[in-house]
Amino acid sequence: MLKKSKKTNSGISRRELLQTTGALIVGFNILKPVATLAQQQEIPGIAGVPDGMASVPYGNPDYLDPSLLDSWLSVKPDGMITIGTGKVDIGTGIETAMGQIAAEELDVPFEKVHVVMGDTAKTVDQGRTAGSQTVARAGPQVRQAAAAARMELLKLASPKLGAPVDKLTVSDGVVSVIADASKKVTYGELIGGKQFNVKITANGIQGAMVVAPEVKAKNYKDYKVVGKSIRRVDIPAKLTGEFKFTSDVRVPGMLHGRVVRPRNVISGAPTVDDSSVSHIAGLVKVVREGTFVGVVAQTEWAAIQAAKALKVTWPEPEHKLPFTRDDVATYLSTQKSARDATGVNKGDVDANMTKGTRTFEATYHWPFQMHGMMGPCCSVADVRADGATVWTGAQGPFTTRDRIASLLKVPKRSVVVNFNESAGSYGRLTADDTAEDAAVLSRAVGKPVRVQWMREDEHVWSPKGPQQLQTAKAAVNADGKIIAWEYIDRGFPWSESQGTPQLAERQIGVKTKLLGNPNGANGGGETYDIDNQRVIGRTIPWPQDDPSPIRTCALRSPGEPPRVFASESFMDEIASGMGVDPVEYRLKHLKSKRVAELVEATAKKAGWTPRPSPAPETPGPIAKGRGIAVAQRIGTIIVAISEVEVEKATGKITVKKVTIGHDCGLIVNPDGLRGQLDGNVMQGISRVLMEEVVFDKSGAKSLDWVSHPVIRFKQVPEVDAVMINRPEFPASGAAEPSVVVIPASVANAVHDAIGVRMRHVPFTPQKVLSAMQQKLSAKA
Amino acid sequence: MAKVSLNVNGKARTLDVDPTTPLLYVLRNDLELNGPRFGCGLAQCGACTVIVDGKAVRSCVTPVRTMEKKAITTLEGLGTSAKPHPLQQAFIDEQAVQCGYCMNGILLNAKVLLDKNPSPTLDQIKEHMDPILCRCGTHPRIIKAIQRAATTMKPAKAKA
Repeated sequence: MLKKSKKTNSGISRRELLQTTGALIVGFNILKPVATLAQQQEIPGIAGVPDGMASVPYGNPDYLDPSLLDSWLSVKPDGMITIGTGKVDIGTGIETAMGQIAAEELDVPFEKVHVVMGDTAKTVDQGRTAGSQTVARAGPQVRQAAAAARMELLKLASPKLGAPVDKLTVSDGVVSVIADASKKVTYGELIGGKQFNVKITANGIQGAMVVAPEVKAKNYKDYKVVGKSIRRVDIPAKLTGEFKFTSDVRVPGMLHGRVVRPRNVISGAPTVDDSSVSHIAGLVKVVREGTFVGVVAQTEWAAIQAAKALKVTWPEPEHKLPFTRDDVATYLSTQKSARDATGVNKGDVDANMTKGTRTFEATYHWPFQMHGMMGPCCSVADVRADGATVWTGAQGPFTTRDRIASLLKVPKRSVVVNFNESAGSYGRLTADDTAEDAAVLSRAVGKPVRVQWMREDEHVWSPKGPQQLQTAKAAVNADGKIIAWEYIDRGFPWSESQGTPQLAERQIGVKTKLLGNPNGANGGGETYDIDNQRVIGRTIPWPQDDPSPIRTCALRSPGEPPRVFASESFMDEIASGMGVDPVEYRLKHLKSKRVAELVEATAKKAGWTPRPSPAPETPGPIAKGRGIAVAQRIGTIIVAISEVEVEKATGKITVKKVTIGHDCGLIVNPDGLRGQLDGNVMQGISRVLMEEVVFDKSGAKSLDWVSHPVIRFKQVPEVDAVMINRPEFPASGAAEPSVVVIPASVANAVHDAIGVRMRHVPFTPQKVLSAMQQKLSAKA
Repeated sequence: MAKVSLNVNGKARTLDVDPTTPLLYVLRNDLELNGPRFGCGLAQCGACTVIVDGKAVRSCVTPVRTMEKKAITTLEGLGTSAKPHPLQQAFIDEQAVQCGYCMNGILLNAKVLLDKNPSPTLDQIKEHMDPILCRCGTHPRIIKAIQRAATTMKPAKAKA
């Protein structure tokens, strides 16, 4: 058994440490580091941080200390390594990618690494899983921690093997002497079941945290595990029913809850007729708190029936915010911005805007869209007098924990959130509604309660990707070069996904003063090298004092499919207006060699033949076209070339093929990346061709998969890809960047096919037909 | 409450449940089978699919009492991680999963297709799978996995 020592390995005594940190932490072992996961079986008695190691990360004791190596990983006697990460896998394969990164630095086979994700008591808070920043930001943190662990293991091996650290090597978790391979010791023998008791450097918090910069990680040239298409560890269990999603969590004594909400703005408390559900066997309670209404029952079916049968009369909704698409567009264009984000501001745009030989101007419209998780959100909460345990699919388990603690008025560390994967969430679970619903219901009945939203709850009440509006202006000189570019995006902030109170809290009276984070500010044409350029993202306030079905949150690649739809449509309009091939025209404005190379490689792969757009008119019922779009997103470069067919008689668009070009620096798992590209292509097509959240004063109209259609198997195009691996560059995001170029590439292909510029998403057949008819009547 | 006798994955089970309960909730909550999933409760997405007497059935709208004396196969009836069914193996080989929530419906509907048509064309696969939703956009790989399974599931004689 490991003895508790007065001195840590770094030689700091408990007293010295406490003097430095200035706080005495009592009972800190509420939070057990990932190290104890491996040890709980083997070494009873060790719970939490070893004596002398307590410190105060981020200035409070609610978080595992990232400056303790044991907070990051542990080694079992059999050599199995458990890595802890506050990040979570939402279907994109980061569990596997993070395992690869750790295995690489530790020099162990990938199969020896097990990754624990998103447990607020057992993993370090590395920030929410969002923005495709897990591999990009948390990857280096885990890599450095793993490299630090390897170094410590070498130090432990050195006296045992009688050789200095620099004369040792590691292969498959076995440390041996370079000159004498017979002298060896395994990781398991060195530390299996014990803690490192070592401090490492950890500065900053969450995604910005810098971990163990004192340790040199491997050179990419020596990579054996990173860069390999290792099969995803989660897949077999997801194909057999063995995988445990959040909705599969069952705890002893668990009851089932459902919530009752209208299809419109909630402007006050409803009247509830309890007698309307008195006949339902197994009903435990009708819960009312403020404007919150829910039911709890012994069985899920009883809860569903009770929620359906419960007679609830809602007060007349007060629409303090616009509640039709057109009214929202007017509001966006007329309201004062609360915050301007400047993407680019260089040269003298205004002076040069009048100096061109040609000017261009256009406005683009993007609707509210929804994530549409296949499984509606679901959580289990067990609220007790001393705190709570929550099982949920949150993209930010720590955010959920903090909200639940605030709701229950208990210290953060009294709430433990366990992440279990939900249905793919694409940003939706940055707002964790059911965790709050379940907590309110569990508190009301004193038992654990599982809540899953019904399909209509999810379609109506999930926070949406916000409606957006872009205006673009450009001036072109006699050489055909753009000399001035102004691009303004207007959109709403995320009312829900920045730790703001969620629906249940709002309904029980918790107010928020937070504006919400802006919906991103990238994708306005800053990829191009234009001397006089202004790209601005305006944040129009979207207060949600009265909960509304068009509350907002991050939706896959926040704000960027709309922004790039506008900027890359606009670029195409200019190229077409100048009579230049769209690829050639873009290359003319690209100084970055890396971007230009990807554009050229993608065009080559797609078999692009240069000519201006639109294509010459052809007889017959089908018009064919191709379109390109290019963008950059937090270090990742993406190109899409779409090939479409438009049925002239109906306006129906079919995307036949998409070729994606992708450069995200180092590719950690090529096959994993390739799979993500398919998903982005499909979602991008769906969003540009058919998706729009519909609502009017009488309420939400997008209630299910019939009233809100999404892409299906018959619409699957051929997908091809060019993935450029640049291991000399850090890995940037790969889960969502490629969706941003799809809508514009389709819009440009449609224009190429029929000579009509679609500026209102989605491109439904009726809209396309009407645009074609307008063009005809303009000609006539 | 009433006694309902079911045959699930070859096992006889007698349960005391509200007989109007949709099969989905009985499978999930009473039998703790996590394969069938709640997606919509409206028979619109396919996540709750089970195979009953060789046909794909949406268990979210199928009262459990109508299922007596019928052979119900859930995803658990195909294979396990340790010993996957050839169809599951094809999905592993193609890495045709993202979040995996739709996979129950995808696999069981694909099985029904391949059972009646061992060599489907691309269009037949698309046509058959069209009612089943996948929101991650895994469709291209799902199609490849079904095509792969069609090859591997064929009896050796048929291959020649």
